[in-house]
Amino acid sequence: MTARLRVDYITCGGRGICAELLPELISGDDWGFPIVTGESVPPRLLGDARVTARACPLLALRLEPHTPSGTP
Amino acid sequence: MIVRELVLLGDGRTDLATHLARYGPLPATIDRAALLRDVDGAGLTGRGGAAYPAARKIAAVARNAARTRRDPLVIGNGTEGEPAIDKDKTLMTRSPHLVLDGAQIAALLTGAPAAVIVVHPRALGAMKHAAAERAGGPVRLSVRRAADGFVAGEATATACWVARGASTPTGTPPRLSEHGPAGVPTLVQNVETLAHLALIARYGPAWFRSAGTPSEPGSMLVTITGAVRAPGVREIGIGMPVRHVLEQADGPSAPLRALLLGGYSGAWANAAEAMGLPLSAAGLADLGAAPGAGLVAALPADACGLQETARLARYLARQSAGQCGPCVFGLDAIATEVSRIADGRGGGIALLTRWLGQVDGRGACSHTSGAARLIRSALRVFGDDLADHAAGRCAVSPGVIR
Amino acid sequence: MSTQVPWFVSRGSGLALLAAFSMVQVLGVAARLGDGPRRWPRSVTGELHRTLALFCVAFLVLHVATAIADPYVTIGWAAAAIPFASPYRTAAIGLGTLAADLGGAVLITSLLRQRLGYRAWRAVHWLSVLAWPAAFVHSLTAGNDMSIWWVALITWGCAVIVATALGARALAGVAR
Repeated sequence: MTARLRVDYITCGGRGICAELLPELISGDDWGFPIVTGESVPPRLLGDARVTARACPLLALRLEPHTPSGTP
Repeated sequence: MIVRELVLLGDGRTDLATHLARYGPLPATIDRAALLRDVDGAGLTGRGGAAYPAARKIAAVARNAARTRRDPLVIGNGTEGEPAIDKDKTLMTRSPHLVLDGAQIAALLTGAPAAVIVVHPRALGAMKHAAAERAGGPVRLSVRRAADGFVAGEATATACWVARGASTPTGTPPRLSEHGPAGVPTLVQNVETLAHLALIARYGPAWFRSAGTPSEPGSMLVTITGAVRAPGVREIGIGMPVRHVLEQADGPSAPLRALLLGGYSGAWANAAEAMGLPLSAAGLADLGAAPGAGLVAALPADACGLQETARLARYLARQSAGQCGPCVFGLDAIATEVSRIADGRGGGIALLTRWLGQVDGRGACSHTSGAARLIRSALRVFGDDLADHAAGRCAVSPGVIR
Repeated sequence: MSTQVPWFVSRGSGLALLAAFSMVQVLGVAARLGDGPRRWPRSVTGELHRTLALFCVAFLVLHVATAIADPYVTIGWAAAAIPFASPYRTAAIGLGTLAADLGGAVLITSLLRQRLGYRAWRAVHWLSVLAWPAAFVHSLTAGNDMSIWWVALITWGCAVIVATALGARALAGVAR
């Protein structure tokens, strides 16, 4: 299963816990909000990604199956 | 290329009888599957700016509605939150019945019992009047006032406005076609797209395709504004050379420096480079521009493009729905930096570029991406002015440097 | 002497539970408001809050089981879950049961957080503000140890730190 990390920017409060826990994939922009690098999560980081998503206090980070399609 | 008769805009009389005399009636019986095939064959794409294939979107909503056994919600989007664009207001004011026909067809194709048209206040009277003339038709058509603001016209924001009275984007997933803010599969289609739908239902895909280009068929409404002699809304075949598009507005009123194409979240193009190009996605791709929502705004040679861009950047920052950090903070920082550059007060290109990269694609909607596209295009097209501004002067328009 | 073991364990675990539960409250507020010491990763505060809360569950089980097993007073197993079901010191024990019930609701919703969604989880989590005062009054009235100076010190110390934390939270408002 390919998975990706998606940030719900409406819910996100820029607290930065995700960037702290998973610096390999998540960095912060100049205002403290997360930037997820890469399209999908490498298999070796899937466990860490799951923990990071659970750790978000606002549940704004989701680990989802990756479906590369283009419908609106 | 044969340009068929361009018929979107009526002659000023908007009553139902004139409408039927001008266009003929809709077919008495409509085979859903056959019409959907026709729309697909016609190659109709959304005229709200994103140019997504209409048939694919309609089919997705119809499919999800059948699967979930819910009535889908059909919304005609006539919000037109862009200050410089008038084509939807013009269309709704001059051909309201065409828009309502299209809404009716969209409802039929998706299996919805009703459709809501969200209408800019200036066209509300005309649309309400037309809807009243058709009361009791096969589909329940209602017209309601649109919300104010640039972002209010975004698809999910419009759906949220109809469902909950809040015109803020909701973000996807879930996609509107699967599960909109009202809890059902939702179709949001620009009112111009609906008008084209109404014409395809009458005249067929071949007729539709006799305007435009093979890969971008049909006609579109453009709003020609700025330094032109007769600004206004015109219907053109997609792919018309930009020079000819400007001639639809009686040509430039002054030598031109640049054109803003698409919308406020479109892109600047150098006027000389753009003149000979077709107004189509394929034609403008090399310039990083696109027809978008049909804005063609002419910037005269004695106007400062950086100042214009700063004004647009400040507007776009103010118009943020205020939901997402990168948009709220990022666009504000970007607008401030662009303003400093435009005012000759310094301002860092490197910092600006960094921020444009950081906000692009982040947020619940594409507002930040549009702003990033606009400003990046300004840095390209007005790149020669950057050195002057950094030195505290403007060669083009000396008065703008304070 | 052995029949007194449940009684001693219940009192001791009760005090430890109050202290731990108070720390959980403070850490909860800190996770929400504070940045912590510079070299302290922000994720740690939240994790500590959660881990300590789970410790509280362990203390709670020990405290309740030994209190009910204690042969000298009749509390009854119903009082483990149903507030005000104990014939002995009904109100005082009842407040303890109430605190445990509220804490239990918070715990369960937190374990199921991702399935419930943020808003539902948050609504229940506010019950923790009610759970602590109930636990505190219970600790004042259900036992007889407040006459011991260090028990009183710890108990009132807990009250001070929780009141400070909740006060800070209230001042920060419910915004964002």
